[in-house]
Amino acid sequence: MREDKKTIIVFSNEMDKVMAAFVIATGAAAMGDEVTMFFTFWGLNVLRDAKKKAQGKSFLEKMFGAMMPKGVEKLPLSKMNFLGIGPKLMKYMMRKKNVMMLPEMIKQAQELGIKMVACSMSMDVMGIKKEELIDGVEIGGVATYLGEAGEAGVNLFI
Amino acid sequence: MAEYFIDAKGLQCPGPITQLFKQIKEAQSGDVVTIEVTDPAFKRDVESWCKKTKNELLELKEENGVIQAKIKKA
Repeated sequence: MREDKKTIIVFSNEMDKVMAAFVIATGAAAMGDEVTMFFTFWGLNVLRDAKKKAQGKSFLEKMFGAMMPKGVEKLPLSKMNFLGIGPKLMKYMMRKKNVMMLPEMIKQAQELGIKMVACSMSMDVMGIKKEELIDGVEIGGVATYLGEAGEAGVNLFI
Repeated sequence: MAEYFIDAKGLQCPGPITQLFKQIKEAQSGDVVTIEVTDPAFKRDVESWCKKTKNELLELKEENGVIQAKIKKA
């Protein structure tokens, strides 16, 4: 086991939880750790690029895609979402208090060399294609995750 | 030996620690980085950070809500 390795599974696409995941991940990377984040199921929505589109989606896949938040700016809150007013309030407070916003945090995470892996199985189930994900994301499966998690000192599920 | 200064006042966690990390990464062994932070968590954070990254915390003080830390790169 390596103390200097951490993994985080991001299962949720709720803004507050995703923020927590990225604060811990960038913090760990700044401590000199090797960090891998696995995005699975709803967590995949964090990685969707609002500007990108994918071809060849089935009707159901398109419907699924339309019902889920497309990208990091559209994530709901886990509590007090109030049809999207909650996240707006939260972002306003974050800006006022000079807390780094999620898009910057993701950019920072990539700069710090944090590996971001999208789960291929849940991508398939939810009809999310590689072409619609943000740049720099790898595709991996359970073996990739377990391989990294087995070596890591801390593994979180968010 | 070079000296660096980081003004991280007003930045929230994990901003100051990532700024410090980036600067130390660029610095040479023996260089000193001074950082000023207003996030009250930084006092404990920088101690943990130095312990973990094996860099030396030369000085840590707080004045009028500004925490100043001097770190020597190992």
